[in-house]
Amino acid sequence: MTDRNSRAWVYIPLSMMALFYLVPMFVMLNTGFKSFDEVSLRTMWDLPSSISFDNFVAAWDALAPNLWNSVRIVVPAATISSALGSLNGYVLARWRFRGANIVFPLLLFGMFIPYQAILIPLVDFMKNVGLVGGMWGLVIAHVVYGIPITTLIFRNYFATIPASLVEVARIDGAGIWQTYWRVMLPLAIPSFVVALIWQFTSAWNDFLFAVVLTDNTAWPVTVALNNLAGSQIIEWNVQMAASFMAAIPTLLVYIFLGRYFLRGMMAGSLKE
Amino acid sequence: MQSIKGLRWLTVVLVTSMVIMGCGGDEGTDETTTTAAAGGEMTGEVEVFSWWTGGGEAAGLEAMIGVFATEDPGIEFVNSAVAGGAGTNARAVLASRLQANDPPDSWQGHAGWELIGTYVAADQIESLNFLYDQEGWLDVMPETLIPLISKDGDIYSVPVNIHRANVLWANPTVLADAGIDMPESFDDFVTALQTLKDGGMDAPLAMGEQWTSMHLFETVLLATLGPDDYNALWDGSGSWDEAGVTTALENFATLLDFTNSDASALSWQDAGQLVIDGSAAFNVMGDWQEGFFREIGSVPQEGYTWAPVPGTGGNFQFLSDSFVLAKNAPHRDEAIAWLTVAGSREGQDAFNPVKGSIPARNDGDRSLYGEYLLSAMDDWASNTVVGSLTHGVVANDSWKSEIDTALGLFMQSRDVAAFQTALVAAAAASPNE
Amino acid sequence: MQATGTERGTRLSRKPRLNPVRMKGGAGLLLLLPSILAVLVFVYGFIGWTARVSVSKWKGLLPDYTFVGLDNYKNLAADPRFAIDVRNTAIFTVVFVLGCLFIGLGLAMLLDKGIRAEGFYRSLFLFPMAISFIVTGVVWRWLMNPAVGDRASGLNLLFENVGLDALVNRWHTTPTWGIAAVALPAVWQMSGYTMAIYLAGLRAVPEGLREAARVDGADEWQVYRRVVLPLLRPVTLSALIILGHISLKVFDLIIALAGKQVALDVPSIYMWTTTFDGYFFGRGASIGIVLLVSVAVLVIPYLWYTLRNEAEQ
Repeated sequence: MTDRNSRAWVYIPLSMMALFYLVPMFVMLNTGFKSFDEVSLRTMWDLPSSISFDNFVAAWDALAPNLWNSVRIVVPAATISSALGSLNGYVLARWRFRGANIVFPLLLFGMFIPYQAILIPLVDFMKNVGLVGGMWGLVIAHVVYGIPITTLIFRNYFATIPASLVEVARIDGAGIWQTYWRVMLPLAIPSFVVALIWQFTSAWNDFLFAVVLTDNTAWPVTVALNNLAGSQIIEWNVQMAASFMAAIPTLLVYIFLGRYFLRGMMAGSLKE
Repeated sequence: MQSIKGLRWLTVVLVTSMVIMGCGGDEGTDETTTTAAAGGEMTGEVEVFSWWTGGGEAAGLEAMIGVFATEDPGIEFVNSAVAGGAGTNARAVLASRLQANDPPDSWQGHAGWELIGTYVAADQIESLNFLYDQEGWLDVMPETLIPLISKDGDIYSVPVNIHRANVLWANPTVLADAGIDMPESFDDFVTALQTLKDGGMDAPLAMGEQWTSMHLFETVLLATLGPDDYNALWDGSGSWDEAGVTTALENFATLLDFTNSDASALSWQDAGQLVIDGSAAFNVMGDWQEGFFREIGSVPQEGYTWAPVPGTGGNFQFLSDSFVLAKNAPHRDEAIAWLTVAGSREGQDAFNPVKGSIPARNDGDRSLYGEYLLSAMDDWASNTVVGSLTHGVVANDSWKSEIDTALGLFMQSRDVAAFQTALVAAAAASPNE
Repeated sequence: MQATGTERGTRLSRKPRLNPVRMKGGAGLLLLLPSILAVLVFVYGFIGWTARVSVSKWKGLLPDYTFVGLDNYKNLAADPRFAIDVRNTAIFTVVFVLGCLFIGLGLAMLLDKGIRAEGFYRSLFLFPMAISFIVTGVVWRWLMNPAVGDRASGLNLLFENVGLDALVNRWHTTPTWGIAAVALPAVWQMSGYTMAIYLAGLRAVPEGLREAARVDGADEWQVYRRVVLPLLRPVTLSALIILGHISLKVFDLIIALAGKQVALDVPSIYMWTTTFDGYFFGRGASIGIVLLVSVAVLVIPYLWYTLRNEAEQ
């Protein structure tokens, strides 16, 4: 399997697929760098005659406050749901109690529900507890609906940790909380990476919850982007620049942490 | 070692997130400090909800907000516009908020059954008779409009503009090259389309996504039935299973044969662009299309021309955007101040030239409006006025949504009989009441 | 919004070896309590509310809880629009799930060859996952412009320019099969993720097993067919579940790509428009419950099977 012909059979399809993955990105950036006069359906594959950052400046002007809102919503949402998930995962993997076999599937099922089915009760509930409008209502929604997936990630991971470690801690007299804090948590970093990335992406890209739970001072970037795209004259160049800008944080996360994400995903199955 | 490093990293994340949320809290308090106003004027804020987020609509709204800022400098205008375009739209957000008793102070609604059948029926908005008396609006608002925003003698909204739905837009060069005049009757229209098609133009009638086909449908309904029978369909005195309706549906099907196959992928602007480019000769769209034509630099009578949709001459099929006052509005006084501006001559003359519509009031300053809008003002004053289906005037939202489904199915099947059966059922299930 | 994030799922298949003795104690339940309560209210409480609405005649903004039995469900069964929804969902699911599985497995097998720049390719294939379905829809709306000839744009124009005229097509405006074109951007977005879970699965196959097969005289292809692929079955199953439930719930991608039209209608869009445009809350809730039950039919046996397997080990 080392002769050059067979290598080519690996690289050729890979490169072709790479092209397929890059084409939409190319269109987004190519159009984003064009001036409005140059944008036309007929010439969408032509390169811009000169690189113009005007669209990105315009998009930044429109989106900057909302980008900041997104950060303020997504960082706590991802962190808290990951923290809760790690606690749940630890308990479900390590502690036996009545009903555990029911609790876990019940929690898990929450990750599959179609959100339309819970939208109106959600708004009603948030209104009744006084959390509609600001960011906290949205953070809580992201946290709660993130619990099933983060729990799953951590439970699967903790289940692979040798019992001897936990036993040692127990013999040392550590209670449930100390065992979690001193033994399990430090080991769980790979899972944290997976859970945080996952929650960061999903909360960042959320539109549905944001549009019903926040008011216009707290809107995250997805809602602002939608408003930009809903305008009468469709300024494709600005839209593309804005779309790209809204995607930058999650893209960066994947580009720089993607390795750890994959590694974390594989960690469980590779350990033993 | 590894794990300790990791733990530190986690701590950093946690701390950072707390710091960030902390910042949020600080800014929050900053925002609540009230804008100090001069001379004991009204202070506070008013939240106004609309789906005007871009183009002429947003610019028009901004212009009206500008007038508001001059009149009531102490009130902060909170613009909660959510785009309707990309699907998950403004009205769903509004419905959720109303369900949760969290209404904005004032919001946008189309005059007609969209308003009466939804918000009035659900007791969500306040009667505005006091404001009409106070501002003398009954003298300046058209008599045809008041019944459409009233129930049991109570007036429920402040209309800011009038749009015309039954307009046929055409490319004069394409028509001249083919030796065609602007068609006046429905038969002329079909003949013209056939001539163009025979001359090699595959799709002489440009159309866009599904709601634009409903827009075309309502104009064909009016063209075929005339205003009296058209109105009768909506007020319950006429029946949907009559032969006249069958003819209208067949006429609609005839027109569909001349439309572009990629219609469902185009916005109404894209469809208008086809006319300007000469790829198509005609487009049926409301007169906001004129605003788009001007924005892309086309000139009236050179780049485009217009006439009532063939068969609807002498009729003005209209729609009107209006603003309401929420029951239990969190900022009632400020909301009334906003509505006062929205109904004022200054407010409407600031809004409409930019939005590309004519003022709802009949005393607009004619010098501010262009050629098309002046012709629309004249027609509005002299024509028979009927309401639009697509834009909320003649049918309540439930009825309209069932018609939309029936129409969508018809676009797939082209089965006239099934379409008519579905329309009869829709009328029976969700009449205006 | 629909299928971003949590619903994209994660690997359920990894079989954790539960250590034989777990600790006992009610303290664990105490730590779990906040999450359990939150999920009880936000998931099951709200589902219960929706179920109640689905057997009411509520229409219009004002709630009306008059009990009408299963009327909403019966009407749905006879609804021609819902029939289109079911057909569209079926087509979408087949194209999307098979597309992701084949591309995902293919890419994973190529990457597993131990090539140079593996990290680069992996990140490249994974990145579409970072983008929201709304943005994907907007960009692909441009790419899949259905116009042909003089007005051709997007991929059609590209095909014409490079002489691949045979590939020029009407994309999502193709009668009946248009929904299959909508699945294409979904494949673009999720096939990299499928690749990632297959790669994880491949890396978990002990090299010893492959070696043994080679020693027995199997060629590379046979090694895959006889040794590796059978071991990947659980991975395929989880991918199937995750992708399947995404396709049942697909919503924002279609909205951003093609707007609301009956030709490309799916249950989640029908539910949205009938509830919020038409105020048929009863009908909307019944569609929501039907969706939920379809997802449950897919997921519950799987969860049950996985957890039981785990317990046995």
